[in-house]
Amino acid sequence: MTTVQLATRVPLDDYSAVISAGEVDEMRALAKPLAGRTVQMVNSTAVGGGVAEMLNRIVPLAEELGLNIRWEVMTGGDDFFEVTKAFHNALHGESYHPEPAHFDIFRAYNEQNIRRIPLDAEFIIIHDPQPAGFIQARKQKAGHWIWRCHIDLSHPSPSVWGFLESYVSQYDGAIFSSPQFARQLSVPQYLFYPAIDPLSEKNRELEPEFIMQVLTRYSIDPLRPILTQISRFDRLKDPVGVIRAYRIVRRYFDCQLVLAGGSATDDPEGFEVLKEVKRAAEGDPDIKILELPPWAPLEVNALQRASTIVIQKSLREGFGLTVSEALWKKKPVVASAVGGIPNQIIHKHTGLLAHSVEGTAYQVRFLLSHPEIAARLGEHGHAHVKENFLITQNLKRYLTLFLASHRAL
Amino acid sequence: MTTAEAPFEFFTVAYLTRIGNHSAGTLTELLNGLEHCTDASIFHHTYQTLGTHHYLTEGFSNDFAQWVLADVNRDALAEQLAALDIRDYTSIAALRSDLYRIVRDFVDEHPDFARQEALERFYFCESLQVTLPLGLTAASLDEFHQGVTRLSHSAFYFHFISSRLRLHLRTNDFSHWLANALGLKTLADSINRIDVYTNTLDSARAKLLRLIERERRKHDHGATRDARPAG
Repeated sequence: MTTVQLATRVPLDDYSAVISAGEVDEMRALAKPLAGRTVQMVNSTAVGGGVAEMLNRIVPLAEELGLNIRWEVMTGGDDFFEVTKAFHNALHGESYHPEPAHFDIFRAYNEQNIRRIPLDAEFIIIHDPQPAGFIQARKQKAGHWIWRCHIDLSHPSPSVWGFLESYVSQYDGAIFSSPQFARQLSVPQYLFYPAIDPLSEKNRELEPEFIMQVLTRYSIDPLRPILTQISRFDRLKDPVGVIRAYRIVRRYFDCQLVLAGGSATDDPEGFEVLKEVKRAAEGDPDIKILELPPWAPLEVNALQRASTIVIQKSLREGFGLTVSEALWKKKPVVASAVGGIPNQIIHKHTGLLAHSVEGTAYQVRFLLSHPEIAARLGEHGHAHVKENFLITQNLKRYLTLFLASHRAL
Repeated sequence: MTTAEAPFEFFTVAYLTRIGNHSAGTLTELLNGLEHCTDASIFHHTYQTLGTHHYLTEGFSNDFAQWVLADVNRDALAEQLAALDIRDYTSIAALRSDLYRIVRDFVDEHPDFARQEALERFYFCESLQVTLPLGLTAASLDEFHQGVTRLSHSAFYFHFISSRLRLHLRTNDFSHWLANALGLKTLADSINRIDVYTNTLDSARAKLLRLIERERRKHDHGATRDARPAG
């Protein structure tokens, strides 16, 4: 078990310009009764992935607000992470037949970590299934234990969920990212949306010159409409479907398509999908397939800001925070009504939902024909993200949870 | 300018959303949910949603209406549900009763539509409320203006929208205090008439502040005239 040293600290006051001084005052007021209270956040990785990214921002902000907060990362061998990866996929609905040994490995590493760290804070937030067994360390109902589930549990493998539920039911509550991701549980379930950081490199304002440089680097014409989908090359993101939708739109509008995602060199399936995408795009110089380096937040930011319309045509999705990233940049978004996307896209208010290739193409054509409606959707989308999907809102939800629990204790 | 004996105390509110164990996939199931869900759930999907979607000033009123429109595709019913104005209610029971009546009448009249599966299910949630004083008070109109200027959306929402349920009156905390503590009934009435459905919280606040500024100018003008030397 390791206590994470935080790399970056952004002062809370820096957020005033984005969310207003009144909102920051309010966070201070909410935190005041919690000054000095101990909090532990526990997850399974310090770098990479949305949870670590979020904790990297939340923990220093909570510290600045006077909470005595620590972030712990559990350790495990390759065998543990192979098992938990299989559990993760099974909880997402993949077929899986676990062997008793798999559950033994899970238990053994959880117990090993419990022996190494005193879990003694007043509020303990355990993130995701990997450390769910830490609840066994709880002594005589001490503290307030919450399980934060970042994955979609709507169609889990019964065997893995049955095993996990025996732990989850011992917590004081569970947090889910969307009501449809939750299960029927005996403990209270809370809704915390995932969040983006408006001051991160992926979302902060950029100089127009930098955006132009990025467009030039990738030979994208700034004078013609740009349709963009940012996502890894994965069949569930349906990049070939996006190309088919673009080809329909092209009959009516002289536009370009940008498909940008991480490089697929270390992912055999991603490599295959990329080949399919390149084949589908063959012969059309207006389709730009960009393999971005693994960590290219400024390029992603620039491509989103340069876009006329952002598309997220996933067949299945977790929460799909790339939608919030685009909305934050006031972009009109056309997206599939899957996973957490309908939480972000309120149809005809903060963007447009579609259910097929043809539907996606139709909505894109509609927005290209009605730029004033596209602009209004973008404005509303920005306001929707500001109210619901920023990291400051996420911290506010934690403060509220601690206050509510504290009053109930 | 008048100073109030009982100053206005600014509070803020934070809501924790609790996911319920009920959901609806048809209008019949929605009707059942409306009958059995908690008061906190009715509050969440009407009052609370108006606060968190305040920037949508065209056609968004409450979660029930939005679901019926977007996922059940019944425009006429959605319109009736959206037309309910939370300012007309001082109790959740009365609001629930009207929501229930509207859906029941539709279901009775259109039994085929009542069984039609929605595109997405409706999940009943509820709001758990935590209120806190901001440590900010106002005894005069000037101090009140300064306080309102600095409020967060939640704090403004708490005093201006959800206050009806606390006061059990068709008014809001601001108007109530202005009328009773400062005797400014006309100003209080004007503020109470600001439409929360066609304004965002920011534009409603801007209107409120303009009304206060007008009132202050009126008083300043009166004071100047009174201070003029006689003769």
